[in-house]
Amino acid sequence: NEEGCKSKEAEIKRINKELANIRSKFKGDKALDGYSKKKYVCKLLFIFLLGHDIDFGHMEAVNLLSSNRYTEKQIGYLFISVLVNSNSELIRLINNAIKNDLASRNPTFMGLALHCIANVGSREMAEAFAGEIPKILVAGDTMDSVKQSAALCLLRLYRTSPDLVPMGDWTSRVVHLLNDQHLGVVTAATSLITTLAQKNPEEFKTSVSLAVSRLSRIVTSASTDLQDYTYYFVPAPWLSVKLLRLLQCYPPPEDPAVRGRLTECLETILNKAQEPPKSKKVQHSNAKNAVLFEAISLIIHHDSEPNLLVRACNQLGQFLQHRETNLRYLALESMCTLASSEFSHEAVKTHIETVINALKTERDVSVRQRAVDLLYAMCDRSNAQQIVAEMLNYLETADYSIREEIVLKVAILAEKYAVDYTWYVDTILNLIRIAGDYVSEEVWYRVIQIVINRDDVQGYAAKTVFEALQAPACHENLVKVGGYILGEFGNLIAGDPRSSPLIQFNLLHSKFHLCSVPTRALLLSTYIKFVNLFPEIKTTIQDVLRSDSQLKNADVELQQRAVEYLRLSTIASTDILATVLEEMPPFPERESSILAKLKKKKGPGTVTDLEEIKKERSSDMNGSAEPASVNASAVVSLKTVLISVVDEVWKFVCKNNGVLFENQLLQIGLKSEFRQNLGRMFIFYGNKTSTQFLNFTPTVICSDDFLNYILCLNLQTKPVDPTVDGGAQVQQVVNIECVSDFMEAPILNIQFRYGGTFQNLSVKLPITLNKFFQPTEMSSQDFFQRWKQLSNPKQEVQNIFKAKHPMDAEITKAKIIGFGSALLEEVDPNPANFVGAGIIHTKTTQIGCLLRLEPNLQAQMYRLTLRTSKEAVSQRLCELLSEQF
Amino acid sequence: MIKFFLMVNKQGQTRLSRYYEHVEIHKRTMLEAEVIKNCLSRSKDQCSFIEYKDFKLVYRQYAALFVVVGINETENEMAVYELIHNFVEVLDKYFSRVVSETLNLLQSIYSLSKL
Repeated sequence: NEEGCKSKEAEIKRINKELANIRSKFKGDKALDGYSKKKYVCKLLFIFLLGHDIDFGHMEAVNLLSSNRYTEKQIGYLFISVLVNSNSELIRLINNAIKNDLASRNPTFMGLALHCIANVGSREMAEAFAGEIPKILVAGDTMDSVKQSAALCLLRLYRTSPDLVPMGDWTSRVVHLLNDQHLGVVTAATSLITTLAQKNPEEFKTSVSLAVSRLSRIVTSASTDLQDYTYYFVPAPWLSVKLLRLLQCYPPPEDPAVRGRLTECLETILNKAQEPPKSKKVQHSNAKNAVLFEAISLIIHHDSEPNLLVRACNQLGQFLQHRETNLRYLALESMCTLASSEFSHEAVKTHIETVINALKTERDVSVRQRAVDLLYAMCDRSNAQQIVAEMLNYLETADYSIREEIVLKVAILAEKYAVDYTWYVDTILNLIRIAGDYVSEEVWYRVIQIVINRDDVQGYAAKTVFEALQAPACHENLVKVGGYILGEFGNLIAGDPRSSPLIQFNLLHSKFHLCSVPTRALLLSTYIKFVNLFPEIKTTIQDVLRSDSQLKNADVELQQRAVEYLRLSTIASTDILATVLEEMPPFPERESSILAKLKKKKGPGTVTDLEEIKKERSSDMNGSAEPASVNASAVVSLKTVLISVVDEVWKFVCKNNGVLFENQLLQIGLKSEFRQNLGRMFIFYGNKTSTQFLNFTPTVICSDDFLNYILCLNLQTKPVDPTVDGGAQVQQVVNIECVSDFMEAPILNIQFRYGGTFQNLSVKLPITLNKFFQPTEMSSQDFFQRWKQLSNPKQEVQNIFKAKHPMDAEITKAKIIGFGSALLEEVDPNPANFVGAGIIHTKTTQIGCLLRLEPNLQAQMYRLTLRTSKEAVSQRLCELLSEQF
Repeated sequence: MIKFFLMVNKQGQTRLSRYYEHVEIHKRTMLEAEVIKNCLSRSKDQCSFIEYKDFKLVYRQYAALFVVVGINETENEMAVYELIHNFVEVLDKYFSRVVSETLNLLQSIYSLSKL
């Protein structure tokens, strides 16, 4: 009944006419006979598949299910499989019909029912049938075709509702299906077992030996044996692939007999690849190669037979130069995983020239990408320079979509295999030059970290960066890196008249106006560092800072920096200036964030697993640098953007005592008390080791704008004894005064020497705005009066969020009280809601605050509303409190 | 796991679509349009596997018809590639000629679900 319609409108008209006809027939008085019902339901289905919406006919389709005629049943099932309906009444009827068909012992009907369940796979069906189907699957008298369907059906249900398919006695019987005569059953069972074995490997362990013998029989069978399952002279290719997949869920077999058989089998597959083909048709070689690639995949997964691994590598090597692009692609991909095996790593490296060639000549970008991945995987000390050079070359013309990844990879390789760090610096600067836009922050932070940590490369870095900056159009990232490095190490090249201080300054400043705000901010910091390094150009720099474009800059950050630095340069004596602007101490060695970024980009997959293996395999990491002299006096230091700060503030928002930080060496405990706008915090440092800590220096620093900060929060501490004995505890008192409302928590930075190493860690101090919150009791009337008074939209901040903890009313009340607010009972008409009130005390003002927390137990969410007279305060309090629930 | 199975003609019209995991209706049209765009822009030098978002597309062209299968990393690309051919051969045997106009949708879906 295919209509040959000329135009879309004609088609629609025809269809509507037909729909109207069918509708009337369904609604009609006389009951339709089976044949007509089937005809119309079929038409409806067809119309739906053409792309038109159908909203009726389900009932009739369901009726067809109970017919005894195969064709009618078939159409009924087909309809409801394709047009899934969530009407619960219909679902009940459908499930009922299915139940009857499953119990009918008629294999065709059972098959239809199982297919329907498999195709719909809804939760309701899973609930109804997940228990039954395993029984059908393993029953002795079930027909082959039904077994097949049952296995796939169970697989589908497991995928959508794994919790409803419990393991049981049936699992061992399913494993035995692998021995079934009917290869269709074996195929279905293999698919099922492979998925189940991932979550329940113990249950299906016995499938390994059966799978091996099955595979062995297939691979060695003559071409006339498996008639129905031979595809272009390849015996049961898809089944072979599935069996090989199943074997990849388990480690190599322990039983030597099984292992021997498997090795033989794999060797046979590898041998066949070398034999002349039985057919010239491409289907034959494709099928054969599908099995071959899967076999290689298994060999790599086992990683235990050096002979097989090397053979696999050679086979792949042949494919690298094959005519067909598909094979080259798959070979490159496969070889990537092979590169990480220690047995075959060397063998893989021999193909480096072919891979480099692929990089240059392949027309398909996916294939080129595989080549890049492979180069990355096979890289080690012996070929790092060559590979990095090739990758940089490729980068010049690479697709934009893959540049960032290549940049990350080059950065990682350069760092890992640098013998000579000047090469490393050159490589990164090249990266910035070629693909500056794709050089993420992690990459250039890292180069700075490394330059700072290694004395031997600082001079070279300063010189190279200086030269690079001379280029008329250099990338902004280069300005950032250059600015920072010259700020720290410009003195190392200042002796040469070509890179005198004034020339350095002018060079940087010439780029200033072309840069974005963050870069300019960095440059301003460099300028103040120059004031310290090169007093002879102090006035020049001051003039720049003093200029209107800086002091009256529209951007707050820039303006602030200009003002502060100018002031600092004028009032500070040279000593203080030198201390404040002292060279950056080395960073603690820790995992490169670049690796983390690459992992995030690639997601799960073979390449990132290689990272883990590479890390373990890599010979020597960067040796830990000798620390520069430590700042002994407690001084406020500037933006410490590159040290990671431990943030446990949220834990202490509603309580005042507890352990703030702990690692193997040190434990930091807190005990604090607050009253009005004052507070006192006792910090206890416990030495967990038996060795003394020397030069123990805890410093409280402010994260961002320090001058601004002092205006908000006044912290005073006395220095602590710099020697902490093993097992001892020292105490530090911090006196706190809240001058005005503040947003950021201060940071506690601790440095000390332990044994031969230098320790440096930073942790946020949980001094938050709500600590200065005093509860205020008030009546319902007063509360609502004040609530109305604060009705300016700027004064209210609301947050709707998901509950992180169980929504217990008593605990919630305790937290609100711990927060500092008064808990007002019987104020909100809804008893489930929580209402609170309090006053924030600062030295200069008092800010009244009202809060309301509305839980939604069903959705496991909360709505929190804060109203205060100051927008920033509402914001901060809402932020702090939202985290607690 | 096979995520979806599509048969799309050169004009971009979807002739057959089967999804094996839940995808919203309006997202399907977007997906199908993007997929066919990707396939149409391929040349002979390129391989039959396209890396798309976080999974792969395996495609095969038969005259004016593209068969595209979306798979995740657990599938063997070559095996799926031949599976497509097997399916087309089955249809061929069943209906004597695979031409997009006369594709009998119902039967195709039926055979697909059996495969």
